[in-house]
Amino acid sequence: MSARRIFAQPARYAAIAPYLWMVLFFLVPFGFVLKISLSQTAIAQPPYVPLFDFSEGWAAIKAAFAQLSLDNFKLLVSDSLYISSYLRSLVVAVTSTLILLLIGYPIAYGMARLPQRWQAIAMMLVIVPFWTSFLIRIYAWINILQHDGLLNKVLLALHLVSTPVVWLSTDTAMYIGIVYSYLPFMILPLYATLARMESSLLEAASDLGASPLRSFWLVTFPLSLPGVGAGALLCFIPIVGEFVIPDLLAGSSSMMIGQTLWLEFFTNKDWPVAAAAAVALLVLLVPPLLLYDRLQRRTLGGAN
Amino acid sequence: MGLADHMTEESPDTGRPNVDVSAAPAEAAADMPLLRIEGVSKTFGSFRAVDRLSLDIGAGEFFALLGPSGCGKTTLLRMLAGFETPDEGRVLLGGRDIAPVLPHERPVNMMFQNYALFPHLNVRDNIAFGLKRAGMPRAAIDTRVAEMVALVKLGGMEKRKPDQLSGGQRQRVALARSLARRPKVLLLDEPLAALDKKLRESTQLELMELQRRLGMTFIIVTHDQEEAMTMANRIGVMDAGRLEQVATPRDLYEAPASRWVAEFVGDVNLFEGEVTSHEHHRLTVATRDGGAIVVAEPRQPVTKSLVSVAIRPEKLKLSRRGPASDAVTSEAINRLEGVVTDVGYLGGSTVYKVKLDSGAVVRSSIANTSRLDRDTYSAGQRVVAWFRPDDCVVLER
Repeated sequence: MSARRIFAQPARYAAIAPYLWMVLFFLVPFGFVLKISLSQTAIAQPPYVPLFDFSEGWAAIKAAFAQLSLDNFKLLVSDSLYISSYLRSLVVAVTSTLILLLIGYPIAYGMARLPQRWQAIAMMLVIVPFWTSFLIRIYAWINILQHDGLLNKVLLALHLVSTPVVWLSTDTAMYIGIVYSYLPFMILPLYATLARMESSLLEAASDLGASPLRSFWLVTFPLSLPGVGAGALLCFIPIVGEFVIPDLLAGSSSMMIGQTLWLEFFTNKDWPVAAAAAVALLVLLVPPLLLYDRLQRRTLGGAN
Repeated sequence: MGLADHMTEESPDTGRPNVDVSAAPAEAAADMPLLRIEGVSKTFGSFRAVDRLSLDIGAGEFFALLGPSGCGKTTLLRMLAGFETPDEGRVLLGGRDIAPVLPHERPVNMMFQNYALFPHLNVRDNIAFGLKRAGMPRAAIDTRVAEMVALVKLGGMEKRKPDQLSGGQRQRVALARSLARRPKVLLLDEPLAALDKKLRESTQLELMELQRRLGMTFIIVTHDQEEAMTMANRIGVMDAGRLEQVATPRDLYEAPASRWVAEFVGDVNLFEGEVTSHEHHRLTVATRDGGAIVVAEPRQPVTKSLVSVAIRPEKLKLSRRGPASDAVTSEAINRLEGVVTDVGYLGGSTVYKVKLDSGAVVRSSIANTSRLDRDTYSAGQRVVAWFRPDDCVVLER
């Protein structure tokens, strides 16, 4: 009873922290962005109208509200530039996530099967690249992939190609960069699920007549699906909005939505359209998040 | 009505195991026990879990491997299931060496200590798992699953996932799943360890009835001697990777082969001493703590002179002045005098600790056969502890 007393009050306050965080750093900024997305561009500082000026009284605020419109969103739907950027983002994110899954699953599976002592080392090896700045690692890839870069030198030395291959400014380079950068985000949740799985389940499967391959498909894989979901989502969502990697490694013929956003914001100085693109991106990402939440509830909440 | 009544006894037609053990050479099968373990060893690093162990188990036996934790009993069981490979020795099933047979091809099933139920599959699919792998037709699977569900009394739970079941229900699913393929041998690794006492006792009886009814060979691993004694026809007591004794529960208790077995199985009073005379099937042992003790000659003649005399607490009787039957039976009765120091009332019996005049402490367990028992002793009381020569066992040291 006394323990309950001691912990009840601070525990209640501690529960407020995440909500406070969400309100301060997500909802309030999102409100600003939403408001800008409903505004019109203007040659001014800041570069949009209307502005809410609370000092000029209720009528002025009402007038400002009347000026808000959905024009920017209509533009997003009508201009093929934005639609194609969104589509490209989705295609790149889906493709990258699939590649990440194909590469990450065997690695995570192998890690989970290592002796305990080696698992910690393998984990370190996965995380170590994070100790170097992300940007530097992408520049390193530019170095490797450029015309007289390491990759071409190796290919030429091995006589696999006779002339240097163009890697840089292609989708291949972009996929290499994305997969390289996001691999730990795929491996870690997968590894966590696979390492947690009881080995006696596989023994039971084997005991009941399942070959190792069947045991994998009938037991290991279905039980690792929460990890697959977490890894896929952890990669998919940031890749959709990825800006740096496609900007540095991919060609300039087509843009991902992050690049379009940057262009609108910094080059065109069209904050309202950029804000509308950002809001639309967020709305697009809500369905997969809800889907994931539901899947997780189903796997966790079997007891209800 | 026991739960085994639900089991039909037609021969296993469709759920046949992948390996046909009856294909073994006929002459070998004739005088071969169902399972023969020959000089099997298993070492983990520098730890010898199983040490040149040999054992025969016949068809239809309920065999218990009993031993303290770390004695190698689970390793032995896992070698039978195929999860561990023996470093040396052979395991013959129906006369055939099963060393090259992979676990998923052995006609042996195991019930795991933690049950190892597949958490993503419901009760029905857990039970059907092994049947599907055996390529059983769908209709036959449905019949078999229904039979198993009735057998373990889980009707109405078929659609539940393991985490929606109680511990006892999970245990039943695990049992049904391991029995569904009708294995030649069912291996049970501490199957009742996770159940509470009452449930454990009723499940013990159900398992026995089931085994008798199905005529299957059960090999159970347990550290609980009462469980082993209750259920098994024969018990193999293991210590440090070796079998100390293989015997029926009664022989194990009444005729332990070694001091270690006597102490591990049940409670025992031990007197160390030296054989001084040997006549008329009676040995006299001079002991430090109990003086001269007369014991019946054991079945196997004692070769060493240094021995221990073992007497179970319930065979050590107490009285105020010593037995009056002394003259009637004309038997030499061993008498030890001392003072009661502790009285432990257990309901069905009472355990007395008696400090002998020699300083040694012995335990005597007396059944409370009458509700208003007046013949009880209290701490501080002087008593005579006595026992018959036939009731004690001589063990070489």
